[in-house]
Amino acid sequence: MKDVQDALMVARTSDGRLVRRPLSPHAGIYRWPITMVASILNRITAVALSVGSLLLVWWLVGAAEGPAAFAHVQGFIASPIGLLLLLGWTASLFYHLFAGLRHLAWDLGYGFAKPTLNPVSWAVLGATLVATAAVWIAAYVVMEG
Amino acid sequence: MAAEHKERILVMRSQLGRARGLGAAHAGAEHWWVERVTALALVPLTVWFVISVLGLLGADQPAVAAWAGRPLNAALLLALVFITFHHTQLGLQVVYEDYIQTIMLRHFLVLATKGACLVLALMAAVAVIKMCITH
Repeated sequence: MKDVQDALMVARTSDGRLVRRPLSPHAGIYRWPITMVASILNRITAVALSVGSLLLVWWLVGAAEGPAAFAHVQGFIASPIGLLLLLGWTASLFYHLFAGLRHLAWDLGYGFAKPTLNPVSWAVLGATLVATAAVWIAAYVVMEG
Repeated sequence: MAAEHKERILVMRSQLGRARGLGAAHAGAEHWWVERVTALALVPLTVWFVISVLGLLGADQPAVAAWAGRPLNAALLLALVFITFHHTQLGLQVVYEDYIQTIMLRHFLVLATKGACLVLALMAAVAVIKMCITH
């Protein structure tokens, strides 16, 4: 028993045995509503973008330093792991952008009506998918076309 | 007179407290507000940056440096990196405050993140300014 919080979780059964009280609802068996997914994704993409911002700085520094440094940055981005990171970065950017716009609408007092919560959560996910696909298709067309 | 009295009871705060708009923590309103203002600024900057990068695909270093060195592009890039890292350190601070219970570790992470964001923003800014001068 570590602290008072733990002490509150200890109880006796009807036959006198000491047991730990069960926790409910537990995250592992909880069916996630889409609003919950939408909310935590905004934070996860925020942290991903924080790490991904290193790529932006590296790209700018490489471009400023010269052809060799820039080729090194481009080589990394064009590698399989680089492309995968860039795909995650693009999707995170668009998710955080659209979810951020939703937050700004909430701050203005719009979008709290119960019937719109689920559809708008899905719309943010859908817009992310569409925008990410559009950027990558455009990139493919530019590079191959 | 009766109405005035009623309002005082409902609000339960001093007029100075209401005007300052701060809660029990005595801080936080500015942090919240600046997070929103930077978010709003990043909407057009992000869209501009993504479209610009699409236009730069396959470009070699001199072409990218020439693009970044143009006054409008350089100004928007500087705005993008400074506002991005300002928004980043404000947002990560909230994440630490939500999940890190050890107070010393929390303070360390908040300050380390602010320092790292400052250095990264300055590095990116120096790179952009260098491209302005050399191209």
